[in-house]
Amino acid sequence: MFNDFIQATRPALVLTTALFALTGLAYPAAITGVAQLAFPHQANGSLITRGDHVIGSELIAQGFAGPGYFHPRPSAAGKGYDPTQSGGSNLGPTSKPLVDRVTADVKANPGAPVDLLTTSGSGLDPDISPEAAEWQVGRVALARHLPEPKVVMLVEQNVELPLFGIIGEPRVNVLKLNLALDKLTGEGAHSTP
Amino acid sequence: MISAAVGTSLVGWAMILLFVGLCIALAKPVGLWLFALYEGRDTPLTRVLGPVERGFYRLSGIDPAREQTWRQYALAMLMFQLATALVTYVLLRLQGVLPFNPRGLPGLSSDLAMNTTISFVTNTNWQAYAGEGALSNLSQMLALVPHNFLSAATGIAVAFALFRGFARRQTQYIGNFWADMTRVTLYLLLPCAVVYALVLVAGGVPQTFASTIDATTLEGAHQTLVVGPIASQEAIKMLGTNGGGFFNANSAHPFENPTALVNFLQMLSIFAIGVGLTWCFGKAVGDTRQGWAVLAAMLILFSAGAAVVYWAEANGNPLLHHAGLAGANMEGKEVRFGAAASALFAAVTTAASCGAVNAMHDSFTPLGGMIPMFNIELGEVVVGGVGSGIYGFLLFALLAVFIAGLMVGRTPEYVGKKIESREVKLAVLAIVVLPLCILGGTALSSVLADGLAGPANKGPHGFSEILYAFTSATGNNGSAFGGLSANTPYYNGALAVAMWIGRFFVMVPVLAIAGSLAQKKYTPESAGSFPTTGPLWIGLLVAIVLIVGGLTFLPALALGPIAEHMAMLAGSTF
Repeated sequence: MFNDFIQATRPALVLTTALFALTGLAYPAAITGVAQLAFPHQANGSLITRGDHVIGSELIAQGFAGPGYFHPRPSAAGKGYDPTQSGGSNLGPTSKPLVDRVTADVKANPGAPVDLLTTSGSGLDPDISPEAAEWQVGRVALARHLPEPKVVMLVEQNVELPLFGIIGEPRVNVLKLNLALDKLTGEGAHSTP
Repeated sequence: MISAAVGTSLVGWAMILLFVGLCIALAKPVGLWLFALYEGRDTPLTRVLGPVERGFYRLSGIDPAREQTWRQYALAMLMFQLATALVTYVLLRLQGVLPFNPRGLPGLSSDLAMNTTISFVTNTNWQAYAGEGALSNLSQMLALVPHNFLSAATGIAVAFALFRGFARRQTQYIGNFWADMTRVTLYLLLPCAVVYALVLVAGGVPQTFASTIDATTLEGAHQTLVVGPIASQEAIKMLGTNGGGFFNANSAHPFENPTALVNFLQMLSIFAIGVGLTWCFGKAVGDTRQGWAVLAAMLILFSAGAAVVYWAEANGNPLLHHAGLAGANMEGKEVRFGAAASALFAAVTTAASCGAVNAMHDSFTPLGGMIPMFNIELGEVVVGGVGSGIYGFLLFALLAVFIAGLMVGRTPEYVGKKIESREVKLAVLAIVVLPLCILGGTALSSVLADGLAGPANKGPHGFSEILYAFTSATGNNGSAFGGLSANTPYYNGALAVAMWIGRFFVMVPVLAIAGSLAQKKYTPESAGSFPTTGPLWIGLLVAIVLIVGGLTFLPALALGPIAEHMAMLAGSTF
């Protein structure tokens, strides 16, 4: 037994070193190299830029609050939409804080669909349901002085449907929708309508 | 416009059905690849990677053809775990002075580094830290990712050793651990991870050595985006049923899991090697029907669990309905996945010992959150972790033939081997580790002040948070009811012990069984043998897993999720 123990020491140390170098350095470095060449947009975070500055990532929610923009779902990431602190509320189904929060939000936003009054798992959910976008059309149209049907059409153009009809849920990317909205009304980067 | 889905939908069921169908379709192709590795044959990749493999053997002084007894195999396995653990512990402690750390993150505290090390060595990937806040790119890549390969390869190696125990006759040798582990890493995990990681990047998962990106939002606010070598970690996190995410939100984070299609691939990749191992087992013992019978029993248990979670989550939370918010339970879920893909993911990740999550299990309905817990408590033998799933399931198969043998009054046999007292004792030893650690740890933490300081939720849900933590740790799963404040010396220590026992107090008895079986002679099937392929056998397997594996936990589940379900129906909040 003691002999076996001694015999196992060298392979344990050598293979640990060799396999750590292979899977912990060579592998991620190779993937990074190929990814940066073949898919630079995705590999760098699917960034959206305007001029020379980064507006954000199409995959990460931003905390839109102005009446002229579509709003994302509420966020439990840090103080809200903080990509350095992703996460959900972790409130259980019988949690009083959860039920109280929802009760108050329902009162303030009558008729809002379920995804607009619940926090997501990541706190960075970039999407809302088509119903949640539709529910906000009146407010956005009013703030932007746009006819409602025009905004409805814009929402419909931005709905992404499930793949093959069964994989995924119908959804609207809030940042992309708001960019399309800005384009429609010719707003600039920092104007708050 | 499409109307909001309340309750389950045909579309959701169709997706679940498609998933189960694809798992069945994957079993043979993946199994064939695994079988080549099991036999030690050359693969198409040997021409490219063969020199690397032989170089590793030469450097470490191994003769891959020299086989080991079960004791030598177990010792080699444990020594390897120890060496990898030491490297990771040191890397995590020294994070502050190591390179690739542009944000200047400090080293981890001793208890957190110890917990994290054991977590990754044991294929658990319980994360008491938040990835984006605590770890540098170097720590993610070099301290953690190698374990995703090596702990998975170790699990598969132990499964191979057990297969050899069944397949071989009158020998004391069950293979060479170093060769099994190296070959699985080089010829299976690494090539699959390379292809898969690039698919993930194409699908939107970032892969860069940069760490943060500053953005100015449309409304002029400042946002710091965290990126890194995510795709390379994500790929092996799924294939190796590890589950340790780059981010705190794990696969709910849009950078880890950006689209519904990527999500579907992630679920398939969690099960891919596990279902392949069932076919490989059948082939190894010379009767592929044996493998299909095992897979059938697994998928029956899996489908039932997935259906309950989907039903519970799609029907939502009556307390919120009463407050005026109709619809599915969307707290803690992402819109792109919805109730169906979140429920299916939860069932997959806990049936396998993966532990990645694409929604917060803590916010699931009581019954929707109970099934993931129950899946782990069954021993994660429903497909299960890579290697650990099949060897765990075969322990139950040994018990099943033993019980069936008692009923028909003959010596029990399984795939040509007589099952005698030594094997049954060892199997029971490995099986009782789970309830002992889960229920013991939960009971202790429910009375100690340090334990009671953990839960974030009150009432029965707080108890469920503790129960889930010990279930996840002992089962080497790694998912959590994330509200629990687990980064304390108490929980870091207690859960590390649970993870260690849950891994190696099962692996070593399994290797002992392999050694014991290998020495036996072949017993051909006779008229008196209990058939281990047909529907009767599959039914018996399902029943044994549920009764032996599940029943022990019912009292604890009654105090947690079941009590909470009743309270929810009665309109109580805590």
